[in-house]
Amino acid sequence: MSRQPTSNAAPPAEEPKGAPPRPTEHAPSPLIEARSVCKNYGAFRALENVSIAVREGEFVSIVGPNGAGKTTLVNLLTGLLVPTKGEVYFKGRNIAGVGPVTLATQGMARTFQLVQIFPELTVAETIATAAVTRQGKRWRLLSPLPQDAEIATRVAEIAGLFGLSSRLATLSRLLSQGEKKLLDVASAFALDPQVILLDEPTSGVSTAEKHAVMATLAGAARAAGVQAIILVEHDMDLVAAYSRRIIALSEGRVLADLPPEKFFADPVIIETVVGKRRGVSC
Amino acid sequence: MKHGSALLLVAIAAGALALVPLLAPPFYANLLVPFYGYAIALLGFNLLFGYSGLLSFGHALFLGLGAYTAAVVAGVWGIKEFEVALLAAALAGLIVALPLGWLAVRYRGIFFGMLTLAYGMLAHAVLFKFYHLTGGDSGMRVPRMHLLGLEFAAYNKIELLAGPFYYYCLTLCALAAFLMWRIVRSPFGLHLRSLRDNAQKAEYLGVRVHQFRLAAFAISGIYGAVGGTILGFRTGLADPELVYWTHSGHLVFMTVLGGFSSFLGPVIGALALTLLQDQLQSLTQYWRLVLGAILALVVIFLPRGLAGLAIDVSLLLGRRSAPSTASTTETA
Ligand SMILES: Nc1ncnc2c1ncn2[C@@H]1O[C@H](COP(=O)(O)OP(=O)(O)OP(=O)(O)O)[C@@H](O)[C@H]1O
Ligand SMILES: [Mg+2]
Repeated sequence: MSRQPTSNAAPPAEEPKGAPPRPTEHAPSPLIEARSVCKNYGAFRALENVSIAVREGEFVSIVGPNGAGKTTLVNLLTGLLVPTKGEVYFKGRNIAGVGPVTLATQGMARTFQLVQIFPELTVAETIATAAVTRQGKRWRLLSPLPQDAEIATRVAEIAGLFGLSSRLATLSRLLSQGEKKLLDVASAFALDPQVILLDEPTSGVSTAEKHAVMATLAGAARAAGVQAIILVEHDMDLVAAYSRRIIALSEGRVLADLPPEKFFADPVIIETVVGKRRGVSC
Repeated sequence: MKHGSALLLVAIAAGALALVPLLAPPFYANLLVPFYGYAIALLGFNLLFGYSGLLSFGHALFLGLGAYTAAVVAGVWGIKEFEVALLAAALAGLIVALPLGWLAVRYRGIFFGMLTLAYGMLAHAVLFKFYHLTGGDSGMRVPRMHLLGLEFAAYNKIELLAGPFYYYCLTLCALAAFLMWRIVRSPFGLHLRSLRDNAQKAEYLGVRVHQFRLAAFAISGIYGAVGGTILGFRTGLADPELVYWTHSGHLVFMTVLGGFSSFLGPVIGALALTLLQDQLQSLTQYWRLVLGAILALVVIFLPRGLAGLAIDVSLLLGRRSAPSTASTTETA
């Protein structure tokens, strides 16, 4: 297990091993918070009384076996799903009925478990879509986008962070799977979000590429000033290397919410989260 | 470079069209007048279809709206300025498109198509049944109007259509195309294309999916109504056939024939179908059959339409003539 952080790993990983998590009494109010949320799909309860809070400066990983409810939780936190019970707060405000567009303009960004691209848009256009939102230019009906230097600068910056500079003019559908994943995340970063939620950004990426993708991501997050990251990830090496806190879900319940050193010291938790996944690949 | 040569081609084509009234018998200029009407309507139609991913099967409704508006402005109110009719049609297009679009943009794919088809059928029924207002199946007369305040009293109708009105339409079409070109290349146009490709991702990047679809619907309604005014002026008649669903199908046909993935594709389709239909009608009474077969062939062999074919051919020729320069052309 490579828990030794690479040079460009996220800040939390650079702290000495065993460093205590930030003392909670000084912690700012949560950026994003779920309060006792439950989610039913028909009669099936996918999440049972889940409460989590993520504050500024945190890199939180959500782990758990397949079907544990990780994606459901991310979808609740981002307003894609409405909780059956409980509430979700973003920067202290209930997000019920707010909708993705408003959340995006208020500083929340997300990606989906299955890679999402705009097949017929180029890499530059994909990133520009978010930059247009960020710069409040969506209703400019007649000003030519190719001549907008502000947008072009932002697109070049983001593409640079994600190593996509040479692909700016390429159609998204012609990218490799790994590049599509990067572009998906890059476009979310172009919103300049305060919080970003990433649902398995390395799924479908080869094991060899995974570390590079995560390193790029973490580096970009730091460079872009993202205040909190919520990551759903199956690869325990990556989780160990980057998280400040790990939330384990199992059958819709929070099994553990611990800093990495305590998390990996508990064999029962490890068995539940990792053991069930042995031989499963997705 | 690529842009430059495309612009040059457009300029040459526009120049050639400008020469038609001078070099060809009036018949041809007269034949091309409806082409301009369709071209303008299709520029708008394709903002909805090609750029926003919404295929309307009722878009002829707006053509009819434009023609009837001209009939009301000139025939009922007696205002003989064509510009007033154009403005009134644009306004009517907007006013009608907003409520219809508000409902329709909540649906996608076949549901959007069926709903717009229903709009067209309702419009047809209304025009047909409200005889005292609309003249029923005989429609309403669209009287001759002044262009830019000029009466052209010395011209008979054919001369007017094949001369001043022809150039008027050419100019209007060029203006409409220029405006639409700005729209599709704007930040607004980019958001339309992103919601077309992936509405869910677009929303999470801050794209206002419903609002933008509605805006595209409204703009296409305005373009449709303006195009319809030209059709009404030419035939001197606004009748229910204009909004009939087969006429909406005609618009889809032109768009597919020309290619909806290029900006000028639908315009090329409008020109091709106008000329083709004229030729076929003089050759055989089974022209509809031939047109149907052509459409099938285009769908199967030229999914990107005539415009796509033209682009491929020019790329091929470009590669042949300049084999030494490394070809860096992305398939755009
Ligand atoms: N739309 C749905 N309708 C019914 N059941 C659903 C739906 N979405 C998810 N579920 C069920 O809810 C449970 C949690 O699903 P979820 O996708 O949140 O799991 P996950 O932890 O993200 O799993 P994975 O690791 O496979 O991505 C699973 O049992 C799943 O089958
Ligand atoms: Mg999942």
